[in-house]
Amino acid sequence: MAKMTMVEAINMAHAWEMEHDQSVVVLGEDVGINGGVFRATVGLQQRFGSARVQDTPLAEGLIAGTAIGLAAQGIKPVAEIQFMGFIYPALDQIASHMARLRNRTRGRLTCPLVLRMPHGGGIHAPEHHSESLEALLCHHPGLRVVCPSSPARAYGLLLAAIRDPDPVIFLEPVRLYRFMRQEVADDGQALPIDSCFVLREGSDLTIVTWGAMTVETLKAAEQLSGEGISCEIIDVASLAPIDFDTILDSVVKTGRLLIVHEAARTCAVGAEIAATVSEHALYDLLAPIRRVTGYDTIMPLYRLEYDYIPSLARIVDGIRATLAE
Amino acid sequence: MSERTTAARFEIAYRACLSPEGHLLGENPRASADPALLQRMYRMMVRARIFDAKAVNLQRTGKLGTYPSCLGQEATHVGVGAAMRAEDVLFTVYREIGTKFWRGVDMYRVLLYWGGDERGTLYEHSPQDFPFCVPIGSQMPQAAGAAMAMKIRGEQRCVLAFIGDGGTSQGAFYEAINFAGARELPLVCVIVNNRWAISVPVERQTAAQTLAQKAVAAGIPAVQVDGNDALIVHQVTSEALERARRGEGPTVIEALTYRLADHTTSDDATRYRSAEQVQAAWAVEPLLRLRRFMEQRGVWDEQAEQALKRECAEEVEAAVRQYLATPRQSTDAMFDYLLAELPPALHSQRDEARRYAAQRG
Repeated sequence: MAKMTMVEAINMAHAWEMEHDQSVVVLGEDVGINGGVFRATVGLQQRFGSARVQDTPLAEGLIAGTAIGLAAQGIKPVAEIQFMGFIYPALDQIASHMARLRNRTRGRLTCPLVLRMPHGGGIHAPEHHSESLEALLCHHPGLRVVCPSSPARAYGLLLAAIRDPDPVIFLEPVRLYRFMRQEVADDGQALPIDSCFVLREGSDLTIVTWGAMTVETLKAAEQLSGEGISCEIIDVASLAPIDFDTILDSVVKTGRLLIVHEAARTCAVGAEIAATVSEHALYDLLAPIRRVTGYDTIMPLYRLEYDYIPSLARIVDGIRATLAE
Repeated sequence: MSERTTAARFEIAYRACLSPEGHLLGENPRASADPALLQRMYRMMVRARIFDAKAVNLQRTGKLGTYPSCLGQEATHVGVGAAMRAEDVLFTVYREIGTKFWRGVDMYRVLLYWGGDERGTLYEHSPQDFPFCVPIGSQMPQAAGAAMAMKIRGEQRCVLAFIGDGGTSQGAFYEAINFAGARELPLVCVIVNNRWAISVPVERQTAAQTLAQKAVAAGIPAVQVDGNDALIVHQVTSEALERARRGEGPTVIEALTYRLADHTTSDDATRYRSAEQVQAAWAVEPLLRLRRFMEQRGVWDEQAEQALKRECAEEVEAAVRQYLATPRQSTDAMFDYLLAELPPALHSQRDEARRYAAQRG
């Protein structure tokens, strides 16, 4: 098995599926000869031809809308939005059509497609290039929203996303693209698209997180393990719909829950998790649920971005506070 | 009764007045008879180019964030700036350094913005101008709105909005020019056609022969100009602004130029375009022809050139020093401008950010 980065694993998943399913096409801005601005689609146009790997004009609404039309006709589009901060022109297509096509036609028309995009900050990018907007999408029933946190999970979840019968928004944590190398088997094996991943087992508290925040959260758990604190870490991975069984089982076991995410706090996915855990496991909780999140501010330009993104110190303090009560 | 066989016809004029060798091509633009204006435009173009090279260099050495070079597009940016009045309002995309400079934005502010600091959008001398618009195209309806305000108040002011060739693929562009046409808004839209939307050439962006003709469908006069010719850009933009000021409505100008640099410092243009194409574009770049023209007119010489370059280099160095010496904002800056007043619900978050910033030191 080859050791590879997340962006290489994403590329490999594209290639596997294009090789094995002739109906898969790739579209987006600069995905062709340039291979995407992060190189996620590098080499695909050379290998599969310019009919199956197409640069689009610079228009996100067009990309999302075209994907819907393609998908309803039996083509499987894997479309890229260059940065999540540029998704807004596509939201009309996503919310008014992509999420609703199956429902409004009573299943007659569907749009199985994948809309991939970099997610989050931390790479000193310009304005609008560092947003964590998953809540915007999770709020629309009819979509799946997935966010992998390792090269292997990116590979397996992207395959699952392409094979899924419904539209899947695939969020790729930008600072994990080249963060680590991991052995990934190019075996075409998908991972379950509706399950959390337990990244670390523990008994004192449950930490629920996703995307790039898994890295700092694992570090915090490792740091505190020296003090005998045992954290269970769950990578939610599928942000809509959420696998609450795994989360609730863990909370019932540990009695404490800390939620860590990069997105702004208000009306975010963390709030939904906290509400659902309160509904189903309130009497199992030994302490109030806590959240360590991005602030309710505009994502600042890069000089302050690491003041915005939850730091190791904030997570460690969040763990301690949850355990102190 | 004759049978109707044609519903509409259109033609897009192409205007240029300065050859790459610096000779006038027939048209006699007003700037050609104004040595002070010529010198001022040339000065601003050189300023932009020297600043630009330094900014790329700062990024390469880790002192600036991702930066989109304006190399090769100085004539369009400066020609437009020179045609505007101070009281007009400017909407840019993100590459129009020369126009910002003409509007009095100093180098320090531009560095701050690309250096990840929102204070880079504080424009002391053009307080109504909008900041850079990174999302491509969304500035256009806002520009139409600003123009509508001027029309409502009966002012003799105009809005100048830039968009790129790629930006003309966005719905917002069509929405805005359509509305501007329907309401005869005082809006001049300059499409900077630098041929490349990152890796996608304009002919893969659209099947239209020109981008200017997109205005035809909106019922707006349109013209294509040599965007590497500061004189014609100034001339045509001036005419369009005057027309708008007279209440005769919007104009779309397509300026043909070339992005001589990578899309941004994160890009590598050698992946998708040939060295020959770039070399050919260098042969018609905008600075040299204006310098030759001024030399032929006897209003510029080697001594003036050297003095200007020295002066620009010194200005750039001073701006860089100021930029590098500027401490980052406090974390309060994330909260201070969300709303006119920070709601009580956010006080605890502001305090939390302060606490962790203090810990970090």
